[in-house]
Amino acid sequence: MDVVLLARLQFALTIAFHYIFPPLTIGMGVVMVFLEARYLATGDRIYEVAARFWTRIFALNFAIGVATGIVMEFQFGTNWAAYSRFVGDVFGSALAAEGIFAFFLESGFLALLVFGWDRISPKMHFFSTCMVALGSIFSSVWIVVANSWQQTPAGHHIVPLLRDGRPLVIDGEPVLRAEIVDFWALVFNPSTVHRLVHVWIGAFILGSFFIMSISAYYLLRRRHVEFARRSLEGALLFATIASLAAVVSGHFQARTVYRYQPAKLAAFEAHYRTGPADLSLIGVPDDAAERIRFNLAIPGGLSFLVHDDFDQPVVGLDRFRPADRPPVLLSFASYHVMIGLGTLFVVVTLLAAFLYWRRRLFETRWLLWVLVFAVAGPVIANELGWVAAEVGRQPWIVHPPVAWTEGGDLVVGPDGVVSYDESLGLRTADAVSPAVEASQVAASIAAFGLIYACLLAVWLYLLDKKIRHGPEPLAAPDAAGREGVVAVAARLQDHSDSLTGSAES
Amino acid sequence: MDWATLCVIWFALEGVLLTGYAILDGFDLGIGILHPFAPKTEEERRVAINSIGPLWDGNEVWLVTFGGALFAAFPEAYATVFSGFYSAFMLLLFALIFRAVSMEFRSKVASPRWQRFWDWSFFGGSALATLLFGVAVGNAILGIPLDHRGDFTGTLLDQLGPYPVLVGAMTVALFAMHGGLFLYLKTEGAFQARLRDWMWRSWGLFLVTYMLTTMYTLVEVPRATANFEHWPLAAAVVIVNVLAVANIPRCLHWGRPGQAFISSCVVIATLTLLFGLALYPNLVTASNDPANSVTIFSAASSPKTLTIMLIIAAVGMPFVLAYTGIIYWAFRGKVRLDEHSY
Repeated sequence: MDVVLLARLQFALTIAFHYIFPPLTIGMGVVMVFLEARYLATGDRIYEVAARFWTRIFALNFAIGVATGIVMEFQFGTNWAAYSRFVGDVFGSALAAEGIFAFFLESGFLALLVFGWDRISPKMHFFSTCMVALGSIFSSVWIVVANSWQQTPAGHHIVPLLRDGRPLVIDGEPVLRAEIVDFWALVFNPSTVHRLVHVWIGAFILGSFFIMSISAYYLLRRRHVEFARRSLEGALLFATIASLAAVVSGHFQARTVYRYQPAKLAAFEAHYRTGPADLSLIGVPDDAAERIRFNLAIPGGLSFLVHDDFDQPVVGLDRFRPADRPPVLLSFASYHVMIGLGTLFVVVTLLAAFLYWRRRLFETRWLLWVLVFAVAGPVIANELGWVAAEVGRQPWIVHPPVAWTEGGDLVVGPDGVVSYDESLGLRTADAVSPAVEASQVAASIAAFGLIYACLLAVWLYLLDKKIRHGPEPLAAPDAAGREGVVAVAARLQDHSDSLTGSAES
Repeated sequence: MDWATLCVIWFALEGVLLTGYAILDGFDLGIGILHPFAPKTEEERRVAINSIGPLWDGNEVWLVTFGGALFAAFPEAYATVFSGFYSAFMLLLFALIFRAVSMEFRSKVASPRWQRFWDWSFFGGSALATLLFGVAVGNAILGIPLDHRGDFTGTLLDQLGPYPVLVGAMTVALFAMHGGLFLYLKTEGAFQARLRDWMWRSWGLFLVTYMLTTMYTLVEVPRATANFEHWPLAAAVVIVNVLAVANIPRCLHWGRPGQAFISSCVVIATLTLLFGLALYPNLVTASNDPANSVTIFSAASSPKTLTIMLIIAAVGMPFVLAYTGIIYWAFRGKVRLDEHSY
């Protein structure tokens, strides 16, 4: 296999595994801030118990997120050296800002969050929780800025690379790179805001579904009932709002995609021929026949989404050379499954919210079972969102601009297809490291596969152990009467517990 | 500020980040290296791990920021180094992953077999990562074959010559000593007494590898000392370095472990400075043709990016130092195991 495909596979494997954790920590971080704020405001110990329990789970997720995150930073240089040389000047500032503003903040205050319960005051602890939550949100800002720049570059110009004051020429061609012109135009490039909002919403959905899953499990097992009810209530509120917001945010994002990357939207919708476009709900794209098999579609739906008009033409894949088209099947499938899952989140959360309002949620056991397993949905939807974003950008790693006429038509060449300015973008095939051989990448993929499979197994095992162990029983002096002597004794016996709650030998 | 000055400032700031990383992560890597030898009981092993439990993650961020800043300030060097040392970097990543999760996973199951497994994984990850850092430094001083574009043209075996391996061994001994000194400050009683022996042993091992490396460098690597002719004052760095190395046994003998640890920090800082002096103005030296070397000027980003990053660093670094101060203050003193410990 060639080194480009292997490098892409390795990136896909390592980012897919890593990306289970950041949305979880972002989403859970916000919920932990909420719980500790409630504790400080009301003094109700159950919120403290809840915050301590979720912090232990947060710490485990965070550790794996950090360990797998360093891989991503190194991988730009190891596997994508040509890309790093091309984008370093623009991409680097964002990454350096991420390191200085986000990673130090997170890692520093995480120590106080996890180990500091009995060393610092509750207010200082709350402050640390806020800083960790803020740090995780900061880090998402900078990485999404960098990725959005690859989708819709702005605030830069492309210039020859100078060596001793003269352009460096290799094989008769000057070597080009992107250089920054306007920092804020780069940060707020056309897709940053929409994509960042969508990423945050995705994280909130995952974080709240994760908490709902564990809480619903306790309710079904009739354990830690009060704790589980409070956690489920809070998480359900977040999940319902976020699920509805995702639909709106996704819609705005699709329009930006059409404006700057029309080939990508055409691949998402398998829209082969330019003209009024249907919105396919279910189907299987067939590249050879250039149509969708088993298609169930809303007539004119895509035209309406893009133009607010059912009859307006939408640019199709026929306006692009075959070599400039993204892979349709994978783009279509990942995009549609993500949207299907997003719709399910709305249905499930609205139903649960309705039953909660009718005071029947905690007795509706089938729905609680649905909530226990529903956490898989947001994990898959978050992953597929990125698959769609990255596969839909192909064959480019840095997407060159497209031009539109005043009348809203795509500017095409005399042959009827878009002719991209190759010097303004970078093809994925040209972005890999010349010094790295396929055998090296194959070996590292095998090693990552093995190590990540073990990590996943250990993570799930420890998560299961912590969930079975559950939160500490309430044992404050004022609660002792209510809780009974047994609970206090149990807590005293539990004193050898480790950070994340399992007994020590 | 003119572009050449900015390039030199960023070269110096990369040096600061690398020094910060080597001093801070140096002691927690060193504790990992001593882990199978110095602690004898389960409680001692827990004390050792918990002495760095709240600190190692923040320490490692210095490496992440060093890498990010290299990418941003010197993208050409970042691309050359990371792709040229592909296999070494992959091994380093695996080592760092195992080390990180070992500490987190180890305490979660009360089975001796489970704990032994993660103990050895903690040791292996720490020792391998340290060795690889040293090997990388050795190769950087020697130089590697590069083509006209700056891409590495050699093989993995080219990177495992006697000199890089010797520098790697010296780094392992140095960090073991540094970690032992730190752990000594955080412990009491029998464990602390045993650590005293390990500090002496690792200091002795460091002294041997340090002298061998110095001799090898002076005889075989003329490039490493060429800059001393331009800046005779650089000799002061060497003198401070030697005095700091000699001060460690003196402090140990007189029972001043705090001063010994500070001396060990000075040893690391001056060695990093000497590494920078050996490299300048190159970031990656081409061993085949000096014209292909990646220098700080041929590798740098535009003046605009370097200026923006300088602003980011000026705004961010005081915060970073403040958090680091808060964390080290909150976890000062001897290790106490409580219900939140590993």
